[in-house]
Amino acid sequence: MDRNAKLPETEGGTILFNTDPIIIKHHYEVDYLHSYAQDSPFFVGLTKGKLMGSHCTGCGRRYATPRGHCMECGEPTEWVEIPGEGRVHTFTTCHFGGEAFLKETPFTLVMVEFDGVDTLFLSRLIGAKPEEVKIGMPIRARFLRNCKFKPTDVYFVPM
Amino acid sequence: MRPVYMVSGGITKFAKALPQTDFRRMVKDAFDYALADLPGLSRDRIDGSVCSYFSDHFTRQLMAGAMVQDYLGLNPKPSRRVEGGGATGGLCFQSAWESVASGRMEVCLAMGFETMGRVNTWKGNEFIALASDTNFDYPVGGFYTGYYAMMVNRHMHEFGTTVEQMAKVAIKNHLNAVYNPYAQRPGRLTVEDVRAALMVAEPLTILDCCQMSDGAAVAILASEEMAQKLGGTPVRVTGVGSGTDAMRMADRPHGEVILLPHENREEYADLKYPGVHSFRGGRVAAQNAYRMAGINDPGQELDFVELHDAYTSSEIQTCEDLGLCRYGEGGSFVDSGAPFMPNLDYGLSFSGSGKWRPLPVNPSGGLLACGHPVGATGLMQAVFAFWQLQGTIEKHLKDATLQLPDPRRGLIHSHAGTGTYITVSIMERV
Ligand SMILES: [Zn+2]
Repeated sequence: MDRNAKLPETEGGTILFNTDPIIIKHHYEVDYLHSYAQDSPFFVGLTKGKLMGSHCTGCGRRYATPRGHCMECGEPTEWVEIPGEGRVHTFTTCHFGGEAFLKETPFTLVMVEFDGVDTLFLSRLIGAKPEEVKIGMPIRARFLRNCKFKPTDVYFVPM
Repeated sequence: MRPVYMVSGGITKFAKALPQTDFRRMVKDAFDYALADLPGLSRDRIDGSVCSYFSDHFTRQLMAGAMVQDYLGLNPKPSRRVEGGGATGGLCFQSAWESVASGRMEVCLAMGFETMGRVNTWKGNEFIALASDTNFDYPVGGFYTGYYAMMVNRHMHEFGTTVEQMAKVAIKNHLNAVYNPYAQRPGRLTVEDVRAALMVAEPLTILDCCQMSDGAAVAILASEEMAQKLGGTPVRVTGVGSGTDAMRMADRPHGEVILLPHENREEYADLKYPGVHSFRGGRVAAQNAYRMAGINDPGQELDFVELHDAYTSSEIQTCEDLGLCRYGEGGSFVDSGAPFMPNLDYGLSFSGSGKWRPLPVNPSGGLLACGHPVGATGLMQAVFAFWQLQGTIEKHLKDATLQLPDPRRGLIHSHAGTGTYITVSIMERV
C-alpha cells in the first residue's frame, strides 16, 4: 500500500463558457459501422447510374424509395429499376439546415414522382433557380461518377 | 376502462435556454407547482410516473427519466419513459391515462422536459433531423423545416392556400402569447413582418416556425374516486386517440380520404389522400378520440383546440385533419377569423364568412409562440387546456385575457415527424 499515492497532473484543461452556472464545452463524436443491410442494392445501383426501387410480389405496389417488405401487404419486394425521368411533386429551397448541411445552403429539395410508380423519391435539384422550379416540371436523374454511397449520389436536373 | 381525470398540472417558463436549472430541476419546479395547486395531493399519493423527453442527444445523458424520478423523490415507485418525436408529450399523457384507466394506478404523474439550449440551433436542427430516415432522407435534406416547406407547397398547389393565410396563424399565436407569461416568443406581428422575416425554407420564414426551447411540464391524472378525494376542480379526459404514418413522407399513399362522421365521400372525389399535404395519422387519432368522446361534428362540439403548430402551415393542415373545417379549407378557416380569440384585436380584418362558429385554436400561443421543448410540449398543452376548463387561467397566467368565457370541451393534439406519430385527447369540464 502506498499512502502517498498521487495522480499525475496534466496540462490539459476545460473550455469554460460561464461560471454561474458553470457551463463547459463537452465534445461528443462517434463513428458508426452503419449497415445499409437489405437496402444495400439501392446504393450499388447508384454506382451503375441506376435508381433501384421496390416492386411488391404480393400486391404489385411500386416504391420509388426501396423497402424490403411491402408497407401495404407485408409481402417481400423485388428490386426494379425506376425510370430516370420524372416530375417535381413538390419542392423547397432551404436557406438553412442542420449543422452538417449548412455549408451546402441554399439547396433545393424535390419530391420526385414517376410514371408507373406509386410512391415518391426525395432528392436535390440543381440547375434551376428557386423561382424557376414548378410543381409538375419534368426533371431527370444524374449520378455522381465518384460514388459516396449516399442517397446524394443521385440528383436531379431540369429536362 | 374506467374514467380518468386530470387533477393538477404545472409548467416552467419556456425559454431559449435555462442554464440555471438542469432537466431534473425543471421537472421538479413544474411538479412542485402542480402539488401546490392541489393541497389535497401529496407526493405519497402518486402511484408512479411516465416520463417524456425526445432526444438523449440534448441531455447528453441516457436514462435521464430515472434521474428525474429520483430527484422528485418518487423511488421506488414504477416509472417508464415514452418517446415518439414531437408527439412524445402527447404519448406520455395517454400512457399515464392508460395507467389509470386500466386500474393499474390511482394517480399517475405524466412529466416531460427537453433541454434544447444545450447545443447551438443548427446542431439542434441536425438532432431533430435524425428523426427522419437516416438512409434516405437525413443525408439529402437533413432539415425538418425543409420537409414541412415541401408539404405546404403541395398544400398550396392542391388547395390554393396562401402565405398570407399562414402569416395570419403566426399573428394569432404570437399575439395570444402576449398574455401568457410562460411563452418564449410573444409578439405583435403583421403579415408584412412575417413575410419579411428571415427565409428558412421557402415559403416558411423564421416566424412561420417554432423555436427550440428549454422547459418542463407535468400533468397529474387520477381515477374518479381519487379525483373526488383530492378535491380541487378535476377535468375529465373523455377521449384519447392516436395514429401513425410512414416515417418517409415519400412513402405516403395517394388514396381515399379517411372520413369523419360529418363528412361524405363525394366532397373529396378528386382528392388523392393523404399524399404529402395531409396527415393521415392525425385524422385517425382524431377519429378514435371523437368516437370515444361521442363527438360527431368537432367544429360544433369543441370549444377550443390546443394543437401542434410547429409551423404555421401545419396548424392549417391540422385544422383539416381534425375536421374543424373540410380538407382544403384550412386557409379560408383562418381568413374567416374562426380560430382567433374573439376578445383580441389582431389588426386583421376577417372574411366574415359565417361558415364556421368561433373556435379558438391555440389560445395559449401554441408552439409557435410558447416554444417547443419537445418532451414537455404535449403536456404543456394539457396544462393550458386544464386551466381553461377549470376557469383558472387568470390565477395561473396572472391575466384573464386568454380565459374563454364558458369552455366545456377542449382538444389537445401532439404530432411527431412529418406526421409519423400523432395523438389527440379530449378534455371536458365536469
Ligand atoms: Zn404489397
